Amino acid sequence: MATLKSLKLRIASVKSTQKITKAMKMVAAAKLRRAQEAAEAGRPYASRIEAVVASLGASITPGPQTSKMLTGSGKEETYLLVVCTSDRGLAGAFNANIVKAARVRAQALVAAGKTVKFYLVGKKGGAVIRRLFPGTIIASTEFAGVKQIGFENAAPIAEDIAARYEAGEFDIAYMYYARFQSALVQEPTEQQILPVPVSTGSGEAAAGASAAVEYEPDEEAILADLLPRNLSVQLFRALLENAASEQGSRMTAMDNATRNAGDMINRLSIQYNRQRQAAITTELVEIISGAEAL
Amino acid sequence: MADLHFELVSPERLLRSGDVHMVVVPGTEGDFGVLAGHAPFMSTIRPGAIDVYETANGPATRIFIDGGFAEVNDKGLTILAENAVPIADIKADEVSKMLAAAREDGRLAKTEGERIVAEKLVARYEAMQAAAAN
Repeated sequence: MATLKSLKLRIASVKSTQKITKAMKMVAAAKLRRAQEAAEAGRPYASRIEAVVASLGASITPGPQTSKMLTGSGKEETYLLVVCTSDRGLAGAFNANIVKAARVRAQALVAAGKTVKFYLVGKKGGAVIRRLFPGTIIASTEFAGVKQIGFENAAPIAEDIAARYEAGEFDIAYMYYARFQSALVQEPTEQQILPVPVSTGSGEAAAGASAAVEYEPDEEAILADLLPRNLSVQLFRALLENAASEQGSRMTAMDNATRNAGDMINRLSIQYNRQRQAAITTELVEIISGAEAL
Repeated sequence: MADLHFELVSPERLLRSGDVHMVVVPGTEGDFGVLAGHAPFMSTIRPGAIDVYETANGPATRIFIDGGFAEVNDKGLTILAENAVPIADIKADEVSKMLAAAREDGRLAKTEGERIVAEKLVARYEAMQAAAAN
């Protein structure tokens, strides 16, 4: 049985924890608004460039000059998984969910006899992947000290990935991040980034629509310019979505933690009061029985 | 004549969306003007200024863009640019300072990568200066 004093100390400690989680929740809520705005503001560009690339990709006939980023390297041996996580923890299952999505895919690929490599963006995914797939991480980046992720943060990563692709380090790249839906729902998402997926289903319709389009310079040159740009933009969008998801997830997690701390304080307080009353009763009984004995 | 629907989008946000009379875009292979009803067209853009004419006879709003991509379809003109600054906000002396710094960087660059980065910056500021000058 815990003593009165230790109970009191515990209540005090849970209370201060609650204060911290409450503050973290407020901070996450404030940051969430900004991150959400940024994520939503970034969507038009990303979806437009995606549409343009898809229609261009569907309309040209792949030739030897066509960029490898569209046609693929002709092999399906080495896979690169770009795992975008946050740099900080205490965000509920946010990082765990992203890493899990990547892990499931990686295990399936390894079982199929493929080579898997990891490219980590953010600090938190590293530990699990390093343990499960040692020696497969080819690079990792983190944004220590970056307040608001800008396009200039995403572009160098995309350039690095593109350079590695051109050098033949991998054949297919997938990217993992959490798509932001609401403060409560963040969906871990897998997206193929290289080679750029071209929708073949609507290919005919797209070709028909863009048949009359004039290109300046020619399609190949535009694609050569557009594909690296598309990669940066997709990565940038993923990072923005991730940032918003992280804050949303943290807000929910910290809200839960605050509530749990409140419940715990209630329970401990009841226990504390009962014990205090028991102590008083014992004391009274002692005094009365002492008086009776006289 | 119907107005042209014009959108200027950067990765960070939708910068401008609205109906205008005409837009002159610095394409890689030459400037081109887009009016309403333009044939479907796609072009890359070199760093330079786009001129936005709100009305047929009014003055143009000039916006510097750092390269990008223009698409004309039946819905209008969409410009995807990584970086856009209104010319009115460009300060000539600041640009020339940055240009000098970028040239210095290029001269002092030790690795190929550093040199390429500096060259890109030089080209960007030169284009900015040229756009601001006229």
